[in-house]
Amino acid sequence: MAVEAISEKSAKSDFWDGVRLSMPVVVAAAPFGLLFGAIAVDNGFSVLEASLMSALIFGGASQMVGIELFGQHVAPWLIVLSIFAVNFRHVLYSASIGRRIAHWPVIQQALGYFVLTDPQFAVAEARAESGRPVGFVWYMGLGLPVYVFWVVESGLGAVFGKLIPDTHALGIDFLLPIYFLGLVMGFRKRPLWLPVVIASAAASIIAYKTVGSPWHVSIGAIAGVLLAVILPPHHSGVEAKR
Amino acid sequence: MSATFWIIIAGAIATYLTRVGGHLVISRFDHIHPRVEAGLNAVPAAVLTTLVAPAALSAGPAEWAALTVAAAVSLRGGLMAMFLAGAAVLILARQFAG
Repeated sequence: MAVEAISEKSAKSDFWDGVRLSMPVVVAAAPFGLLFGAIAVDNGFSVLEASLMSALIFGGASQMVGIELFGQHVAPWLIVLSIFAVNFRHVLYSASIGRRIAHWPVIQQALGYFVLTDPQFAVAEARAESGRPVGFVWYMGLGLPVYVFWVVESGLGAVFGKLIPDTHALGIDFLLPIYFLGLVMGFRKRPLWLPVVIASAAASIIAYKTVGSPWHVSIGAIAGVLLAVILPPHHSGVEAKR
Repeated sequence: MSATFWIIIAGAIATYLTRVGGHLVISRFDHIHPRVEAGLNAVPAAVLTTLVAPAALSAGPAEWAALTVAAAVSLRGGLMAMFLAGAAVLILARQFAG
């Protein structure tokens, strides 16, 4: 049937549409994948364990923290708790993106939540905001390349760890903040964007200086979200939709 | 199985719980209060800002230049253009500022 042919074709183009959007993420994450592998081996992980951690956790910052603590021989339960703390922001992503993908079959949702990283969330949320559907095929087109490259790079980094040249001169340590700034800017049309950004920035900086990392992420995020909750609904634009 | 293996497994479970947990909690409610919805809509800007602000504050002139240019480009261009512009400025500025 013509309709099926069209839907198959559009599924294909949906997938590649997602892949195209994944490319900046793949580029930005690449140095960190390699770096993670190198650090992991340096801290006593085998190449297999480094790859396994990337394949099962798939969360760069939390993996770095986990590895660092492992290298310092911190108690295992504390390492796991720290990984949980670093990844706690995903609870908010999950609650937010759940509204967009709740119509998927359960298995697809389960897979979708597995690859719910920072860029995955931001790009999917931006697509939902532009009024286009967040379909499973498109979502995986976005997430799969990031996942595959991440795992492969971790393995490569573990094998060739010592070969990474001067990472500072290449700006590698600061690529992710630049990328995340771009994601923040992408949401600037949303109601309350500026007040939320200011509240989160201020709270995260204060928390970073006082409580310390990684708690500044959750504390800063909660400050911004709370502000949006507390301000009268006519500011936040949700009343108008009903 | 080694202790490392079990740390990885437990870390993976903890991570997956954070990724699915928010949805599991929210989906228990039939009706989302407007204020909760406003809070959820604020999530991207709120969380992603915390990944930039402290890093920007503890950085130097090269990083600030990169962020400024990236922000300016993002007003007009797409994510890739913004990212490449920021990275280019960062690499160039570090050649001079160190």
